[in-house]
Amino acid sequence: MNKPQKKDVFYWFLYFALPLIILIIWESFDRAGKLKPYTMPSLEKLFDTTVEYAKNGQLLTNIGVSVSLVLEGFFLALVTALIIGMLVSLFPKFDTFTDLIIQILKPIPPIAWIPLAILWFGIGQESKIFIIFIGAVFPVFLNTVDGVKTIDKKYFELAKVYEIPKSELIKNIIIPGALPSIMTGIRLGVGNAWVSVVAAEMIGATKGVGYMLSNGRSLSRPDIVILGMLLVGVFGKIMDDILRLLRKKVITWL
Amino acid sequence: MAVENIVEIKHLTKVFNDGKNEVRALEDIGLEIKEGSFTSIIGGSGCGKSTMLRIIGGIDIEYTGEVLVNGSKVTAPSREKGFVFQDHRLLPWLTVKENIRFSLPKEQKKNDALIKEYLELVGLSDFENSLPKQLSGGMAQRVAIARALANKPKILLLDEPFGALDAITKVNLQEELLKIWQKEKITMIIVTHDIDEAVYLGENVVVMTPRPGRIKQIYKTDLGTPRLRTGSLFAKAREDIYKEFFKEAEIPFTYNI
Ligand SMILES: Nc1ncnc2c1ncn2[C@@H]1O[C@H](COP(=O)(O)OP(=O)(O)OP(=O)(O)O)[C@@H](O)[C@H]1O
Ligand SMILES: [Mg+2]
Repeated sequence: MNKPQKKDVFYWFLYFALPLIILIIWESFDRAGKLKPYTMPSLEKLFDTTVEYAKNGQLLTNIGVSVSLVLEGFFLALVTALIIGMLVSLFPKFDTFTDLIIQILKPIPPIAWIPLAILWFGIGQESKIFIIFIGAVFPVFLNTVDGVKTIDKKYFELAKVYEIPKSELIKNIIIPGALPSIMTGIRLGVGNAWVSVVAAEMIGATKGVGYMLSNGRSLSRPDIVILGMLLVGVFGKIMDDILRLLRKKVITWL
Repeated sequence: MAVENIVEIKHLTKVFNDGKNEVRALEDIGLEIKEGSFTSIIGGSGCGKSTMLRIIGGIDIEYTGEVLVNGSKVTAPSREKGFVFQDHRLLPWLTVKENIRFSLPKEQKKNDALIKEYLELVGLSDFENSLPKQLSGGMAQRVAIARALANKPKILLLDEPFGALDAITKVNLQEELLKIWQKEKITMIIVTHDIDEAVYLGENVVVMTPRPGRIKQIYKTDLGTPRLRTGSLFAKAREDIYKEFFKEAEIPFTYNI
């Protein structure tokens, strides 16, 4: 790790310099008459569309739909991954019992599940929640198992010396010991859930940020497409920031 | 019937076998330790000191021979056999106070007074709510000692507890340990490879040699009361132990009578 930088004026200048440069180049291309409205919008057009979407409520609706899908799907994945992860970590026989199927399912990307999800659940919200679940469950599960596995064996020796019962071993050694890794899994899982919702909504939906992308394409409206992409990027970053903050609050001992 | 020897070891042999190599870590060890005594075990790296201590503590229970603690065969670790590891081994996510509480038996879990008493004993009352990362190495090791003592062990096993500390902290902790021993009358066994530490703390100094791990000699030391690091009794005892490890000509110090 490099040392934390001091956040002075120069830091913030540097932080925003690249986006600013990109905006300037974009604008100058527009002024030189190099942008065609059906492939690349002008900054002004993008701004107008944003204001329009904000005013007529479509911005909030689409983002709201996607975020709530992500929360539902991720929560299901979190609970499932933690339970199965703990069982696999605590009972070697359960690990053996489930290992092959997990190893085979793991490499299948969430988008590969979309056709089956639509056949099973239709194009409603259930199929999206299912895809998000698939995208989020593996990172959390794998990091939970890995977190327990990498707990220093010396703590288990300590627990033996003080005759610590199993329930307390789980509460005071296994869970906190695995928590940093679980938090990493949660961050990866939420990231994956977000990617999955966009993919699922692009293929069959009438609302959501993913729908904005596919809808913008069929209308030949690159301004809508880019607005949708920006929303995905910005909200992805915000969610990650929240999780990073949460990690700092929860893991105070590192 | 009272057992005079709290530890009795007869013909203890321990072989580590990983399928390819065989290490004879301990060979035919015989040792008796009186209740309430202070014993040092000293020897070079790899002569089986830790292995012996772990067997007495019940952490390692695969061996041949007989190991009795308190008159019965050791089959598992227990609170009555306190163990202080070379690393402090505090749980990093628990505060000092909670680390001690974690170690206590169920009926003592809520006994804050007990926790306070032992933190006071090691002089760390002000740090009960600190996390281990906020402590120095010496402080953390004192918490580890408090944790072991709060469980009221009959015997305290210490595996190079001060090995990683600077000389000044080390001497201070040795003094503290000695005071605790005199006050609580717990049988103590300390493993060390510091000759001064072995001589100063132990009434008996067990000298071990490696490959295979054997007891070479057991010294009784008497440094008088109170023990003096600067007196001639200490110098004499130290010289005896030095002679076990080095030839006479190499002894790098002179008498200071
Ligand atoms: N778990 C193990 N598996 C295999 N061999 C081991 C194991 N533990 C110890 N040994 C071997 O047993 C011998 C004695 O080890 P031990 O840790 O008891 O030495 P020690 O006297 O405590 O040394 P040190 O002063 O370096 O701590 C060494 O040769 C070591 O390699
Ligand atoms: Mg050792």
